[in-house]
Amino acid sequence: MHNKTLAELSHALHQREYSSVELTRYFLERIERLDTQINSFISVTAEMALAQAQAADQRLQSGNASPLTGIPIAHKDIFCTEGVKTSCGSKMLDNFIAPYNATVVEKCHTAGLVMLGKTNMDEFAMGSSNETSFYGPVKNPWDTQAVPGGSSGGAVAAVAARLAPVATGTDTGGSIRQPAALCGITGLKPTYGLVSRYGMIAFASSLDQGGPIGDNAKDVALLLNVIAGFDERDSTSLNHPQEDYTAHLNDSIAGLKIGLPKEFFGEGLNAEVGKIVEAAIKELEQAGATLHEIELPHTHLSVPVYYIIAPAECSSNLSRYDGVRFGHRCENPQDLLDLYKRSRAQGFGAEVKRRIMIGTYALSAGYYDAYYLKAQQIRRLISNDFTDAFKQVDVILGPTSPTTAFKIGEKVNDPISMYLSDINTISVNLAGLPGLSIPAGFVNQRPVGLQLIGNYLNEARLLNVAHQYQQRTDWHRQNPPKFL
Amino acid sequence: MAWEVVIGLEIHAQLATNSKIFSGASTAYGAPPNTQACAVDLGLPGVLPVLNEKVVRMAAKFGLAIGAPVAPRSVFARKNYFYPDLPKGYQISQYELPIVNKGQIQIEIDGKEKTIGITRAHLEEDAGKSLHEDFQGLSGIDLNRTGTPLLEIVSEPDMRSPKEAIAYMKKIHSLVRYLDICDGNMQEGSFRCDANVSVRPQGQKEFGTRSELKNLNSFRFVERAINIEIERQIDLLESGGTVRQETRLYDADKNETRPMRSKEEANDYRYFPDPDLLPLLIESEFLEQIKAELPELPDDKKQRFIQQYGLSLYDASGLTSSRELADYFEEIVKLSNSDAKLCANWVMGDLAALLNKNNLEITDSKVSTIQLAAMLRRISDKTISGKIAKQVFEAMWNGEGDADTIIEKRGLKQVTDTGAIEKLIDEVIVNNPKQLQDYRDGKEKLFGFFVGQVMKVSKGKANPKQVNELLKKKLEG
Repeated sequence: MHNKTLAELSHALHQREYSSVELTRYFLERIERLDTQINSFISVTAEMALAQAQAADQRLQSGNASPLTGIPIAHKDIFCTEGVKTSCGSKMLDNFIAPYNATVVEKCHTAGLVMLGKTNMDEFAMGSSNETSFYGPVKNPWDTQAVPGGSSGGAVAAVAARLAPVATGTDTGGSIRQPAALCGITGLKPTYGLVSRYGMIAFASSLDQGGPIGDNAKDVALLLNVIAGFDERDSTSLNHPQEDYTAHLNDSIAGLKIGLPKEFFGEGLNAEVGKIVEAAIKELEQAGATLHEIELPHTHLSVPVYYIIAPAECSSNLSRYDGVRFGHRCENPQDLLDLYKRSRAQGFGAEVKRRIMIGTYALSAGYYDAYYLKAQQIRRLISNDFTDAFKQVDVILGPTSPTTAFKIGEKVNDPISMYLSDINTISVNLAGLPGLSIPAGFVNQRPVGLQLIGNYLNEARLLNVAHQYQQRTDWHRQNPPKFL
Repeated sequence: MAWEVVIGLEIHAQLATNSKIFSGASTAYGAPPNTQACAVDLGLPGVLPVLNEKVVRMAAKFGLAIGAPVAPRSVFARKNYFYPDLPKGYQISQYELPIVNKGQIQIEIDGKEKTIGITRAHLEEDAGKSLHEDFQGLSGIDLNRTGTPLLEIVSEPDMRSPKEAIAYMKKIHSLVRYLDICDGNMQEGSFRCDANVSVRPQGQKEFGTRSELKNLNSFRFVERAINIEIERQIDLLESGGTVRQETRLYDADKNETRPMRSKEEANDYRYFPDPDLLPLLIESEFLEQIKAELPELPDDKKQRFIQQYGLSLYDASGLTSSRELADYFEEIVKLSNSDAKLCANWVMGDLAALLNKNNLEITDSKVSTIQLAAMLRRISDKTISGKIAKQVFEAMWNGEGDADTIIEKRGLKQVTDTGAIEKLIDEVIVNNPKQLQDYRDGKEKLFGFFVGQVMKVSKGKANPKQVNELLKKKLEG
């Protein structure tokens, strides 16, 4: 059952071949048996899941089920879930039981999806390897010595190991796409504002975007149908009419203009990874797409710009964790300052502290213009690069990550090298564009991801290209050997 | 040395919305602690602010009323600092791009008008309240007030005396109530201000170093705090010291200001545009619509009162100080069909005195417009004199009924029968032979004495005009 697509599972549930309770039990059992190897879940909500599955079965029986009713899902532990611990991967929120549901979670509940649990992640989504989690690192199902990528490492690893058919994640600088690439699955970061941020714990508000993670493009499209949509509780939510993202999956891509930015293929790209990407490009060319060399001249500035803007926003967003109302509070505070200092010193991990300090500095009087303001100006230039590019091409393509998964511990003490693993994904967040990563092959049994970038609200087009590619290849059908 | 005082005010007017600026929680005053704070107000992880459209309308109204440009694009920014009653660790405010830009307002000082510039007005959310009294060794936090919408109105340093500062503050107070955007309740903190105060030698161009007096929540405190601060600064300068730029807290009990924090200790608020809120865009159609909804503004009403009713600037200013008072006045003019000046005198005189004494608003007046108008008609038709009317008015205030009932019951009707008045005059003349002789010998000043005596024996009821005429004839003999 764990190797079935969402469409197949949905069909089986609707045909009453098995019940949602049976399906849910099946995945709960897999989690219990296999997750010790990869540590992809922070909380497993078995009891709640079975109750939801029962309700889903009733809906399926009474004929008012939606396409995904009864299908199990794992939510990244960044989404607030009512009555369930929502830790954001941090000691700071280890004791935080959310009193409300995030819009994404609410939409999944309404559609009848069954929540299996909450997945592991880098602390407050800050990391590219899932090593900053308070709950320990997540391991790559393809090689448990290697990282799964981050920050949605738990969500991606869970789907890659088939512990959940589908999952939600969030992407601030590549946190869905980079782990999807490193674990060989499909993950989409939608256009900024397409998926509501309400109830999604903020890291960098102008960059954060929730998105679907699945085995293949069609699964991702089906989940996007559920979670996308305008939300009046999020002022940055786009009032965009509801689309069916599966509607154009089967369209031909003959004549599709693919842009290949030379900046994505330059220095830093692992040669073997480069070859895999070349092969994928050939495949798409054979499907009728035309190739065009393009330029995104400000790409090299995206990492430095990101590491001003994201920390600046996070330094403010994380001020609410002060030990006063919720979250970790130090023991026996002597006075107010002591309460703040020790609660935060104890509650936050090293990477979070590093970014709070960078961000606080960047926003300080006297430095604001030189850092934050300048970064915003360059952000505009990066965005303009894409606008210009999309005058010539329909989608932009390149490697999601310049390398395959690296060893756990390899980059922990080298933050710059760690930050550079998001070099191809970050500019997409800065511009607010949709980006998709799909598996395109292996280097030494480690997956390689292909990134497709679309113009604003062109998710359907990206999914169409991805689906057409997946019709011609079977990289997405392959499972890690230990999780067959 | 002669010193000149320079004052600028930052007024915080709480906007009279039902719900908060960025959440749906109620803004009603006085609820049990923490019962009106929702997830957004509590700053729970994951929550987001959504701007209340009503506050935009209210701020725009204010902008239009002070002749200020309402910004087509303004931006909400985060002001970052840690405090237990600030749940998010930042306050959402407006910083570089406020909704209301430069405008101005007129105040009256000693019968003369003066223009006070308004630098800007911006929208922001209020913080919660820290309660230090009721918890031994601990502090309580009430987040009901968190997220209450405020309009911060920043003046230019245009005021030169505490008196001007109060006049300005009262003018803004009256304006926001005219516009129906703030209830003006100072006890509940709906209208409060910070004062920037400095002094400089008379004639010097540069401003002196200022101190900022925090959270002054009554007109009286503003005046007292500024006065005490001016004294402190002058004493300091005259004894060779310098004023430090700092924030000072006014202690009403001790009537002193004391330092809170100096410029060096001031927080670096690390303002930056709030990424959770889009820039606020205001279209001209929206402004046109608001313009059409504006009531007659105090200054326009004042000018109209001067022209239409022939009132003095002083009377017109007083009567237009609140919309309700102006309405009251206009209604009694209409109902009584009497001289507007007479109406103004009664509203500004006896009525205002009793309201003040009882600490009541015009809307709480115990004498209705209908009652007062009926009494004024009795003055105009000479049923009672102005002096007797004071008695009638007081009786009405005390709930003894309408003017006619009181006049009847107390027998206050004016004596206008010539024969009856002559009888009284004769009586007075007979009883005061010496004064009569003196008068006839040329001591004309004694005429007033005779009028007084006649009024006295008539118990104030004789028509004064008739008394004058008849007395003159009789005394001349």
